[in-house]
Amino acid sequence: MTVTPKGLAGELRTPPVAHARISGIGGYRPRRVVPNAELVDRIDSSDEWIRERSGIIERRFAGEGESVIDMSEFATTPALEMAGITADQLDAVIVATVSWPYQTPAAAPMLAERLGSKAAAFDISAACAGYCHGIALAGDMVRAGTAQHVLVVGVERLSDFTSLDDRGTAFIFADGAGAAVVSRSETPGIGPTVWGSDGAQWPAISQTESWIDVHEKNLGWPHIGMAGQTVFRWAVWGMAPVAQQALDAAGVTADQLDAFVPHQANVRIIDAMAKKLDLPADLPIARDIAYTGNTSAASVPLAMERMIRHGEIPRGGLALQIGFGAGLSFAAQVVVIP
Amino acid sequence: MADQQEILSGLAEIVNEETGLDPAEVQMDKSFTDDLDIDSLSMMTIVVNAEEKFGVRIPDDEVKNLTTVGDAVTYIQNNQG
Repeated sequence: MTVTPKGLAGELRTPPVAHARISGIGGYRPRRVVPNAELVDRIDSSDEWIRERSGIIERRFAGEGESVIDMSEFATTPALEMAGITADQLDAVIVATVSWPYQTPAAAPMLAERLGSKAAAFDISAACAGYCHGIALAGDMVRAGTAQHVLVVGVERLSDFTSLDDRGTAFIFADGAGAAVVSRSETPGIGPTVWGSDGAQWPAISQTESWIDVHEKNLGWPHIGMAGQTVFRWAVWGMAPVAQQALDAAGVTADQLDAFVPHQANVRIIDAMAKKLDLPADLPIARDIAYTGNTSAASVPLAMERMIRHGEIPRGGLALQIGFGAGLSFAAQVVVIP
Repeated sequence: MADQQEILSGLAEIVNEETGLDPAEVQMDKSFTDDLDIDSLSMMTIVVNAEEKFGVRIPDDEVKNLTTVGDAVTYIQNNQG
C-alpha cells in the first residue's frame, strides 16, 4: 500500500524569525566564605600554593539546606528585574547544572513552580559549558518564535560532589548561581554559537563512579575528579581557537570587544587563553574566580554579573563568552552585554 | 633533526619564556619540579611549546615520566618527526 501526504506541508504556519538578546542577568553567591586556609590541611597545601596554581583566594559554599533551587531563585530575581518582566511572562526555564541531586525530575520545573511559572522547563547537562549551551538554545528558541522570554540558569552546589581530600579539585570547586533572561529583540544580541564535544576525553573530568557502581559495590559517596594537566592542555590550546571562531562567526574582531568572559576554571587557563587569543592589553577579562572559585555552569553569568555591577564593562557593548568542561564539551558566542 | 645540544638550548629558551628562569639553569640533570620549581601547569605549557618547536607529540600520559630536563631532551630526540 502506498500512502500519500495531503500536500499541506507548505501551509504549516511558523512564526517570523526574530532577533534575541540577553535582557537581564543576575547572580547569587552563598554567604559562607571559605578561604584557602580552611582547605589546606587536608590536601597538605598552603594558601600560596593554591593561589599560584589557580588564582583562587576564597570561594563560597552553600549553607546547610541551601539548595540548587534556592540559589537559582536568588539569582533569577535580579535577572527578571533587569529584564523588566515577571516570571509569568517566561515561556521556558532552562537549568544548566551537574549538581542537582535527583536523577529525575529535573530542577527546572521545581524552579519554575517556585517562581510562579508554568513555562516549559528542563535541565541540560553540559557541565561548565552548560550556561553557554543554554544561551545558544534560548537564543534560537526566541529567534524561531518558540518563546518570547527564556530563563537560563547556571547553578551548582559542587561542594556536595567535591572530595576535600582530593589535591586536584578540593580547592577548585565551589557553589553559586547565575541567571540570564533571553528575550525577543529588535536588534541582534546573541551571535552564532560555536560548540562541540570530544567524547574521547570523557574521563578527563568525571564523577568517580557511576551511581550503579556506588550502589552495587557499596563504594560510598562519589565525587568529581579531574585530570588537571589534560584539561589545561585542552582548555588553552583547544579552546582559544574556538573562542576565535566565535568571534569570526559573529563578524567581530578582538579590538571591538568590551569584555572577555571565559569559564572561570582556573586563572592560569584564563591568562594562557587570553595570551593565545592575543587580546588587547586593556580589554577587561573576567577573573571572578579569585573570590568565587570554579562554579561550573554558574561561572560565566556570575562573572559577567560582577563586571556589570562594578561598572567594569559597558552595557550594550560586546562580550565574548566561552564555557568548556566535562564531556569534554564546549560552547562559545559573542553577546551584547545587558 | 635537532641534536641533543640544540634540543637542550631550545628547551631552555622555552622554560625561560614560561618561568623567567635563566636558561643556563636548565641543565640535563635538573629536575623540573624539585630543582627548577616548575608546577604541573607550567610543565604542560613547556610540553606544548616543545611539541611545536621540535615537531614531536608528547602524550599527557608521558608527561609524568619526564622528571628531569634530560628525560625531556631524550624523549624529544627519540621521537622527532
